[in-house]
Amino acid sequence: MASKETMGRTMTVAFLLCIVCSIIVAGSVVALKPIQQENKALNLKANILAAAGLLPSGATKEEIESQFEKIDARLVDLDTGEYVEPSVVGKQTALSYDQRKAAKDPALSDAIPGEEDIASIRRRVDYAKVYLVRESDEIKTIILPVSGYGLWSTLHGFLALESDANTIVGFGFYEHAETPGLGGEVDNPNWKGLWPGKKIYDLDQADEPKITVVKGAVDRTKDGAEYMVDGLSGATLTSRGVSNLVQYWTGEHGFQKYLNKLRQGV
Amino acid sequence: MSKASAKEVLFEPVFTNNPIALQILGICSALAVTTSMKLSIVMGLAVCVVTGLSNLAVSLIRSQIPSNIRIIVQMTIIATLVIVVDQILRAYAYEISKQLSVFVGLIITNCIVMGRAEAFAMQNSPGMSFLDGVGNGLGYAVILIFVAFFRELLGAGKLFGVEIFATVNDGGWYVPNGMLLLPPSAFFIIGLFIWALRQWKKDQVEAPDYKMSAHRVKEAF
Repeated sequence: MASKETMGRTMTVAFLLCIVCSIIVAGSVVALKPIQQENKALNLKANILAAAGLLPSGATKEEIESQFEKIDARLVDLDTGEYVEPSVVGKQTALSYDQRKAAKDPALSDAIPGEEDIASIRRRVDYAKVYLVRESDEIKTIILPVSGYGLWSTLHGFLALESDANTIVGFGFYEHAETPGLGGEVDNPNWKGLWPGKKIYDLDQADEPKITVVKGAVDRTKDGAEYMVDGLSGATLTSRGVSNLVQYWTGEHGFQKYLNKLRQGV
Repeated sequence: MSKASAKEVLFEPVFTNNPIALQILGICSALAVTTSMKLSIVMGLAVCVVTGLSNLAVSLIRSQIPSNIRIIVQMTIIATLVIVVDQILRAYAYEISKQLSVFVGLIITNCIVMGRAEAFAMQNSPGMSFLDGVGNGLGYAVILIFVAFFRELLGAGKLFGVEIFATVNDGGWYVPNGMLLLPPSAFFIIGLFIWALRQWKKDQVEAPDYKMSAHRVKEAF
């Protein structure tokens, strides 16, 4: 038994163990990937529907797919606020455009100067995907993809606006890695329920987004309460991150020009 | 424990030698995932699978493992199994895996898994080691389910997400105890469980570390 304590033996066992374990890990990841991606894609659709308030509770896969048929995806040039054809990003349909991949592609995105980068996302896409819900040719809901840094992770979510391009219909994140129980409470339905009805811009004053997540609870009797959302207790940095990312994506470098155009009825 | 029967090895950890209640291991995840029955059952199952298979694997190669790297070898095997379990959950139970988030990955650091590999699987046959692993996983799962039963029922008025007590928010009579949804409440429930278990099985009561001496008043002069 003394032989198993030699240097050579130790190396052999360690080496073989690493090979076997890595094959098992890699095998399971590769084999399960298609199913996981399907889940992820479905989750994304469910989140878009949820932001727009179109997701019935306990919806099955088929229901989600059929509801999603109603949604029309378009591409927007963020610098001009105009719609563009999917061909500018080399895709057949807007739906197949992967905005998160594009954000890493120098050809489709630009680095954001430090002082403008309040959402800490470093690169912004040139073309963003928006989802539109129409009712008899009128736009009813506009769903915008948003992302930004919280405390530990980049939060990815959807912000849905009414046809006035100002009032929030729904808001939620489909991917984040904030602390469960603290920053992770961004998934809490009660907190998400605070967003609908809030307004982004004070249109009489300026084009700048006015909405913020404040520390503590909002005094509902105060002026401007419709531009404020309660912060999450115990999650100051996540709340600040959410506030910043909403401001960034509704600001001049985000969807502001596009939303202005929509409001003017272009 | 040279000749313990298979049944003993499997069921001893559930009440007689429970990893949480007697050895006080694996408390962290017991606090985090016990807000609902569904999560607790999935988590308990995942731990059962990992402890069972890691014990089996460690025991199979126990005569080959050089003792100076045995902890790393055990850790690697455990980490591999946890990643596989996490991947399977993500593929077949997406919603639950999202709610369990990091806690599946944290099974790697669960002292129960490592403790059983080192204390049992290194000395025993593969079959017994597997049963010991599953038994300890069950012991863990029993506590989780017990805690989750009270936390979900009293904290949200539900079991498995089905309403049992109509809560005030939905126009019912039950005012949910919000504290039970917060992690510290699991301490109280685990504490009560340990107390009840030791009332039943008195031999688990540890000898006191020190004795209080009787209070006496001495004359001052």
